[in-house]
Amino acid sequence: MAKARVKVPKSVKKGEVFEVKTLISHKMETGQRKDKKTGKKIPRMIINKFVCTYNGKEVFTSDWHPAISANPYMAFFVKAGESGNLDFTWTDDKGKATKKSAKVTVTG
Amino acid sequence: MQTKEKTMIRKTLEAQRIGRRDLMAMLGAGAVAAMGIGMTSREAQADAKAVAEAMKKLIGDKKPAAGKITLDLPQIAENGRTVPIAVEVASPMTDADHVKALHLWADKNPRPDVATFRFTPASGKARISTRIRLAKTQNIVALAEMSDGSLYMAKSEIKVTIGGCGG
Repeated sequence: MAKARVKVPKSVKKGEVFEVKTLISHKMETGQRKDKKTGKKIPRMIINKFVCTYNGKEVFTSDWHPAISANPYMAFFVKAGESGNLDFTWTDDKGKATKKSAKVTVTG
Repeated sequence: MQTKEKTMIRKTLEAQRIGRRDLMAMLGAGAVAAMGIGMTSREAQADAKAVAEAMKKLIGDKKPAAGKITLDLPQIAENGRTVPIAVEVASPMTDADHVKALHLWADKNPRPDVATFRFTPASGKARISTRIRLAKTQNIVALAEMSDGSLYMAKSEIKVTIGGCGG
């Protein structure tokens, strides 16, 4: 299972636009590399989809290609509405999903 | 005797010349193998044309305007395996006027597609940061789709010292 990390501010003001930083460990095999011993191409195996929902509603999504570096870093912004959860899902070429959740505390 | 020596010298020189040429060829092949990409010449030439085609698939014959997009790229990337980039599209990000999608391409990568990012008014700001692979010095092309259907495009070059196409 790929290991994911997420960073959000401890608390935000209502209406504030804050940055969300995410990192997941994954080799993002491009499908272009060759095995040095056998000369065969190493099959592509990447995370191709990243989704972030805020209290159940999609707020930011992304489609990734092999040009995204190994251990993908993705930072983006979210506007503070109500306190609740940010849920993150990374899905790989085999359909395997890695999930992570972060709490958002909205003040004022 | 003298002529024999001369011939011998000439032969040796020839052998050396061939040797050097072989060595160069070997080095060339080695470099390609070391990159581990198995890039065919056709793939290598895919560059700008492939980006134009990918863009056409998305937007047809519509012509994107210049502006609104800011590409925060390093001028020189020492390591093409992981190049930090940030892209921002200027927009109020309201229900009526926001950025719907941002597409990125690297025109000289073996596969020019990089990523597509989709925003909502709840994004607040259409800015992303990530890290990408670049095989060599090339252009980053960005296309933004706005909620009103308008399109914006930007392009900027990154110089890459060591390619990051595998290896």
